[in-house]
Amino acid sequence: MNGKTVVMGVIGADVHAIGIKILSHAFTEAGFNVVNLGVMVSQEEYIEAAIETNADAIIVSSLYGHGEMDCRGLREKCEEAGLKDIPMYVGGNLVVGKRDFAEVERIFLEMGFNRAYPPGTAPEKGIADISKDLGVGQP
Amino acid sequence: MNVRDESRKDSGFILAVDFGSTFTKVVAISTEKPEILGTAKSPTTIGTDIRGGLNNAVKELTAQTGKLTFTHKLAASSAYGGLKMVAVGLVPSLTAKAANLAACSAGAKVVKTFSYELNASEQEEIHGIQPDLILLSGGTDGGNKDVILHNAKKLAEIESDFAVIIAGNKSAAEDAREVLTRSGKHAVICGNVMPVFNTLDTLPARDAINALFLEKIIKAKGLAQAAREMTMPIIPTPLAVFECMQLLSENLGDILAVDVGGATTDVYSMCRGAPTLPGVTQKGLPEPFAKRTVEGDLGMRHSQETLIDKITSSQFETKLPDIESYRTACRSDYAYIPPAGSPHAHFDQMLAGTAVDIATTRHAGYLETAYTPFGESFYQMGKDLTAVKYVVGIGGPIIYTDDPASILQNAATPTRHATTPTRDNVLKPASPKFIWDKKYIFSAMGLLARVDKQLALRILESEL
Repeated sequence: MNGKTVVMGVIGADVHAIGIKILSHAFTEAGFNVVNLGVMVSQEEYIEAAIETNADAIIVSSLYGHGEMDCRGLREKCEEAGLKDIPMYVGGNLVVGKRDFAEVERIFLEMGFNRAYPPGTAPEKGIADISKDLGVGQP
Repeated sequence: MNVRDESRKDSGFILAVDFGSTFTKVVAISTEKPEILGTAKSPTTIGTDIRGGLNNAVKELTAQTGKLTFTHKLAASSAYGGLKMVAVGLVPSLTAKAANLAACSAGAKVVKTFSYELNASEQEEIHGIQPDLILLSGGTDGGNKDVILHNAKKLAEIESDFAVIIAGNKSAAEDAREVLTRSGKHAVICGNVMPVFNTLDTLPARDAINALFLEKIIKAKGLAQAAREMTMPIIPTPLAVFECMQLLSENLGDILAVDVGGATTDVYSMCRGAPTLPGVTQKGLPEPFAKRTVEGDLGMRHSQETLIDKITSSQFETKLPDIESYRTACRSDYAYIPPAGSPHAHFDQMLAGTAVDIATTRHAGYLETAYTPFGESFYQMGKDLTAVKYVVGIGGPIIYTDDPASILQNAATPTRHATTPTRDNVLKPASPKFIWDKKYIFSAMGLLARVDKQLALRILESEL
C-alpha cells in the first residue's frame, strides 16, 4: 500500500464495465487504495465518495463519446464541496468522431482536469503519472 | 375455578409488558396451547413508580384470565419519550444515512440526522432535542478525519447530559473519544457504520446502542426497579416491533409496515428491494433487508403541523371546517382521542393517511431518469417495494379507526400499472393486501420471539 486513495468510475450513462475493472485492478496492484464506483457514475457520486474516503485523486473514465458533456462542471462542483485542488484525471473515448487528441486534451484541461488520456493508453502510463503527481515513494 | 388455576400453574404463562408514554399494555400468553389469553392496559404511572401502572394493568388482565403464574416476564418501553437519539455523519447520502439506519435498527426514536460540520445553530438544536444518545459517524476507515473530530468538539461543547457512541473513521475515533470524555461526556467507540466505501455495517453500532440503553437509559428513565422484576432485559418498544416484523416476514414474505404515533411515524420494510423492472440499474448506498426509518416530523400530536400543512384547502372544507377547535383539543391533551364518528375523528383519520403517505414515500426507493444516446435509462435509488405483498398497520391512529385499510391505502401506489419503468417513480407497493395489529400484540410477539421464536410465529399465524 502506498497510502494514497483514488476514487474511480465511468461517468454519465456509460455502462462500459470492463475497462474500469482493469484499471481498478492495476491501481490496486500498484499499491493504491481504490474506491471503484463502477459504471453510470454521476458527478455527485465522485465528490461524495472523495469526501468520505478523503481521496487523493479522482479518475474519470468515459468510453461512449459523451465525456465532454458529462464532465463539464465537475471541477466547479469539487471546489464548491470543499475538495479544493483535488487532482482529477480523465481518459477513454472522450468525444464522438475523429478529432485531434491535442484539441480534446485542451478541452479537458480547460475544464479543470490535471491530465487527459487518449484511447488505448496502458494503465501503467496513468499509474506512473499519478504516482508522480501525488508524490508516491517520495520522502 | 381452583382446578382451572391448578392446571394453568403446570403449563407455562408468559407476561409481555409495553410501557408506553400514555398506557402500560400487558399481554398474557399461554405456551401450551399457543394462544393469547388476554390483553389489558392501564395509564402509565409517570413521575411515580412505573410499577404502579403495571400492577393495575396486570390486575385487569388477571380479572379476565384468572390467576396466572408467569414463567417469563418480558418488557419493552417507550415511556419518557423512548430512546431519543440524534445521528451525525459526514455526507448525507453516505455516513449520515448509515448512522441514521443504524440508530433506527436499534429501536431508537431518531429525532434528527445531521451531516457535514456542525454549526452553532445546530448545536442549539441538539441541545433543544435533549437526546439520550448521539451516534457520531463520519469518514470511512482511513478516510476523512477532520469532520468527525470537528463534530466531536462541537458535541463536547453542548451542555446536556447525553452519551455519545463513536462509529466513524477508526483512525479518528480515539481522538474523538478523548475530546468528549475530557468534557465530561460518556463516550464509547464501536465499529464504523461504513468501514469501506458504500458498505454498511450497522451491527456494532446497534449493539453499542442497546448496551448503553441497558446500562444507562433504563436507570435514567426510572425503569430500573421494573427491570429487576423482569426475567429478560427491557428493550425499546420499536426494537420489539422491528423483531416482530422480521418474524412476520418469515411467514408472509415481503412486507412493509407503518406505525403512526403521536410524535413520529415509523416505517419498516422486510425485503431485498432489488429492481423488479428490466433495464433498471441500482445505485446509492445498499440498503439492509430489514430496514426501519423514523420520521421525526410526522406525528399525530407533537408534530402535527407538518401534516396539517399538507392537507389541501378542499380537503379541509369537506372534512373539518373548524381546524382551531381541533388544534386546541390536541394541544390541551397530547393523548386526545376524538369521539368516534366526530369531525375530529375524521380529521384524525385524514392526518394519519397523510402521515402514512409521506413516511412510506420517504422510506421507499425511487427511479431517476437518465437520458442516454440509447434512449431513456433508469437508476433506482433505495428499495423497490412494488412487489411487496402485505402492508401492515401499527399504532392507535390506524388500528382504532373504523377503516384502517383506507388509511393504509396511502402506503400503496394504486395508479401504477406500468410494466416498464416510468419517470420519477416512487417505488411503493403496487397492489398489496392490508392487515393491522388489531389486538395490539406486535411488540409482545417481538418480545416473545426472544424467548421462543416458534411460539411467537404460531401465535402470529393464528391471530392474523
